[in-house]
Parts: sequence; structure tokens; C-alpha cells
Amino acid sequence: MADYGRVLVSGLVIGSAGRLLLLRADYRQYPSFPRGYVTHLVLGIIAAALGAIAVPALAEKEYTAVTFLALAAQQFREIRGMERDSLESVDKTELVPRGSDYIEDIAKTFEARNYIAMVTALSTSLVVYLSDSIAAGVLAGVAVFLGVVYSLKGEKIGDMAEVVAAKIEFEGPLLMVDGVELMNVGLAKAREMYLTRAIAVKIIPRDDNARVTLGNVGQRQALVHNAATQLGVRKDVDEPEFMPSSGRNTESGDIVMAIFSMEPDIECLIEAVKRTPVLESSKRKPLDSPAGRKAAD
Amino acid sequence: MDTAIREAILAIVTTDRERVIHSSAPVFYAEDEEQRERVALLLSKVTSGMVHDLENGCLIIVKH
Repeated sequence: MADYGRVLVSGLVIGSAGRLLLLRADYRQYPSFPRGYVTHLVLGIIAAALGAIAVPALAEKEYTAVTFLALAAQQFREIRGMERDSLESVDKTELVPRGSDYIEDIAKTFEARNYIAMVTALSTSLVVYLSDSIAAGVLAGVAVFLGVVYSLKGEKIGDMAEVVAAKIEFEGPLLMVDGVELMNVGLAKAREMYLTRAIAVKIIPRDDNARVTLGNVGQRQALVHNAATQLGVRKDVDEPEFMPSSGRNTESGDIVMAIFSMEPDIECLIEAVKRTPVLESSKRKPLDSPAGRKAAD
Repeated sequence: MDTAIREAILAIVTTDRERVIHSSAPVFYAEDEEQRERVALLLSKVTSGMVHDLENGCLIIVKH
């Protein structure tokens, strides 16, 4: 039997390093630090090990090793389920919930990251095996990693829509943002606070694809959640009138959003909205169909 | 399990008795607008509901 140590270890190391690079706890605080980190890092190492071991096993004509990859796929699906369950259970205690669409999107991302670790490890060990050069393997692994990560990079709201500041006003008790009704605010004091301290934006879709995508309720909940997380929300559980909300102009498809934030800085709100990811589940492309293109004329 | 009555009127606070005829939700009569606001606020804190204005002297409390 040939010396597969180099093949195995190089794949394992590069695959695990890839998973580590994709572990980032930013404003979302997800995965949580430090326990969430440990869970995902260990699962990533397992994924890399499975990818790295496939090449020596196949070289030794151990074709049953392929079933291990199937096992890995099963395990990664469970990661998606695990993420979904844990996020759904904590969503109940969020002041501004993420919503099921955003949770599904995050869960899918975590599943995909394990596949990335596995594919990176597999390509590294394959090249090390074929060329007998660790440097070539590392290079191939890095290239595959960067390629996959780049191709999985999602769109942001700023890519498909223009975000501008909007005006908050009241028509009787109705909270209006640029002419779109958001909600009925009954208490005079709450109305006054909205007028003096709340900020609002209007999101203008660039084309029909963006219009449909932005209309999705899950996407809008993600927008509101992101804005509230980054700017802070000035509300408590027993103050539903200060829940940030979004509305749709049914004529133009524009989305408006008002938030009673800790930091009433409109520039920051525009930035937070622009940087919100476009959720996979809300993405629609009517312009890719003949009927949708014709209707858009 | 967490159960709550949602999207239903939990209480009505009014300065005008004539505006509410029969109601399944409790009706609270207020002497003036100031008292009406106060009662509505207190009720909303208890029920975690939101206060809505019907512009006819009635405020309703709804849990969303």
C-alpha cells in the first residue's frame, strides 16, 4: 500500500482551514461564539476528513468508500435541520424575529459550507495523489475553495434596488411612509414619538425580478430584522406599536419601511438595508420567462 | 404550548357610549380623551396588545 499519509493530511488540513475561514461571527452573532464555533468546526473537520479519505480509498479500489460520501450528505442535511431547529426556537424570544425564510436561508448556508469543506479536501487530496506534490494540492484546494465560495456569494438588496430616505407622516392615526399605510397607531404619544424620532426608507426595485423578490414577506421580515439588529430597536415586548414594519406600494411595487431605532441615523439605515442578503427562497425571476418578459413591456 | 387570542379586539375604550352597541370585548368608558389614552395604554400593557384609533371616539386594543 502506498503512503497515503500526505494525501490524507493535506486534504484534511486544507478542507478544515476552509471551514474555519467561513466561520465568522459578525453582527448576526451567528454561529454563536464560542460554543457554536466548536460545533461547526468539528463538523467541518469531519466533512474534510470524509473528502480527504475518498481518494486513497478509491485508489485502493475500495469502492464502498463512496457510500461514506452518501453518509456525509445525510449528515450535512442533519446540520441544516439542527440549525433550523435551534434558530426557530430562539426566534420566539427575539424582539424583532428573523422569520422562517431567513432561518431557512441561514440553515442552507451552513449545510453548503460543509460541502465546501468536503469538496476542497477532496480536490486537494486528489491533486496531491496524482502529482505527488503537496504544494500543487494546496494550490488546487485553494483555487477550488475560492471558486466555490465566489460562485455561492449571494446578491444583496443594494444590487437589485435603490434605497432612499422616506418621509413619515400620519393621516389621522394611520402611519404613512411616502403615501403607503403601514399601521394604525392609536396612542397620541406613540404618534408623536414616531414623528420626532423614527426613520424610514423606500426601496425602489430596479426591474420586475426585483419587484417580485422584494414583495416576498419573508424577504421583508429579513430586512426589518437586519435593520433592527444593526441600528438597535427602541421597543420592548409590550410595545407592539414600535415594531418596525414594512409595507408595499401596490401600484409601483416599492417597499417602504419605518423603524423606531436606537440610533436614528438614516445613512446607517440605508446601508443596513442595502447590505441585507437576498434570500434564496424569495428570489423570483419572472423576466426569465417569455410571458414575464412580454408582460414587463 | 403558547396560546393567545390574536387579531381579535380584546377591549374597547370609548368616550362615547353611543358608538358601541353590543360587544363581546369589554368596553371601558372614559370621561375625556386624556383618560381614554391612559386607560388604553394601561390595557395595552396588560394584554401586550396594540392600541388602534377608530376616529369615532373609540380606541380598540388588538393583539397581533
